[in-house]
Amino acid sequence: MEKKGWDEFEIGAMLRTFDGAVTDIATTLPENRPYSQSSSFTASVADWRIEKPLFNKDYCIDCQFCWVYCPDMSIIARDKKMIGIDFDHCKGCGICVEVCPTNPKSLLMFPEQKDEENALAEWPKKEKKDQAEEPKED
Amino acid sequence: MSEMKKIKNLKDFSTSADRFEGANLLCPGCAHSIIVREVLNATNDDLILAASTGCLEVCTAVYPYTSWDASWIHIGFENGSSAVAGAEAMYKALKTKGRLKQPDRVPKFVAFGGDGATYDIGFQWISGCFERGHNMMYVCLDNEVYANTGGQRSSSTPIGASATTTPAGRVSYGEKKNKKDMMAIMAAHGAPYVAQVAPNKWKDMVAKIQKGFAAEGPVFINAMSACTTEWKFAPEDTISISDLATDSLVFPLYEIIDGTQLNITYRPKNIIPVRDYLGAQGRFKHLFTKQYEYLIDEWQTRVDAKWDYLQRREEASV
Repeated sequence: MEKKGWDEFEIGAMLRTFDGAVTDIATTLPENRPYSQSSSFTASVADWRIEKPLFNKDYCIDCQFCWVYCPDMSIIARDKKMIGIDFDHCKGCGICVEVCPTNPKSLLMFPEQKDEENALAEWPKKEKKDQAEEPKED
Repeated sequence: MSEMKKIKNLKDFSTSADRFEGANLLCPGCAHSIIVREVLNATNDDLILAASTGCLEVCTAVYPYTSWDASWIHIGFENGSSAVAGAEAMYKALKTKGRLKQPDRVPKFVAFGGDGATYDIGFQWISGCFERGHNMMYVCLDNEVYANTGGQRSSSTPIGASATTTPAGRVSYGEKKNKKDMMAIMAAHGAPYVAQVAPNKWKDMVAKIQKGFAAEGPVFINAMSACTTEWKFAPEDTISISDLATDSLVFPLYEIIDGTQLNITYRPKNIIPVRDYLGAQGRFKHLFTKQYEYLIDEWQTRVDAKWDYLQRREEASV
């Protein structure tokens, strides 16, 4: 698609999110959608992040709190399972880590340059019960 | 009318395919998009959306990108509601004339606006839409400040909050006026459904949105949207601040049906002091000095009085 400058548009012009027709968007998963260049799905905000969340499948109970509270649609849930993080759209706010209820947390924030394998290797172990309840206030 | 989407639990809900896209320019940790997701995912029907000028609009439609996977329109600061009302009137007209291409698909009409566009600038437009009785939903993303333009006070800003046009300092404790009771005003229009929601109570929120979609006529939803930038807290605390707001009853969750029947939908098990809610936010920092400390007690009294009032109304069902 050829990109036009903002002042080259005709009045009443419309940006199309998809190339071609989508019969029912609400039941079409993102991987099956024909996104056009106009959809912000094709853009990335990865460079906003200083810290990134990493996901440890071993501790995850698929409660989906991270999915529902993610402001950037970056938690990928398929068939009621949490399967990963979309690092193109994650802004690194850290909400997913805050709302994760497992012990130890199955999502943790790491510096952006952290290697995933190393992070998983040094994942904290289960905390004792009396220390487990972190105070909610900051 | 198409069937209501069944959402029994969060796992069910997580099978929804989002119709709002990432890489929008909202701040990290912004509650706006959490609310938008919960609203859009509450239905599988087609959506016709409008947004008034505000954070949501300027951050999701920056050329050359749009973050919306549904028909979406923006006109001005004041008329997100009338834009959707116009679309709804057009839909009705085409339906009467039998000119709809897919008459079995009934779309939902939703307008989004910030508290500036709802409480102040777009107020008479919304009032007009509700008086005319369009079959639409208006969602107010209430972050209690004009966050998009740099944090000026709006008529939703509560007493004691420091905003750029009501800064706190030696001679002033910040905003002097109490928050406008928009819920009561919209209920007084005789709207079939008016509800206050918070993103951290997702189940309550989705249930209310679905009730709103099922209602015939204009529906007003006031959604608390904790603003990490202007309320001054860390981005990861959006949900915990929202929890503080709902559990301290600063934002009681309730609904008003047909302008009369008031139901409280969330009663916190442990009601926490308002002091905790205020203390968690930078915009109330000055209240914790000797000079302005008396305002915290005033806050508590006001919140208690409001909660009493809501309970009395619920009991008397008026």
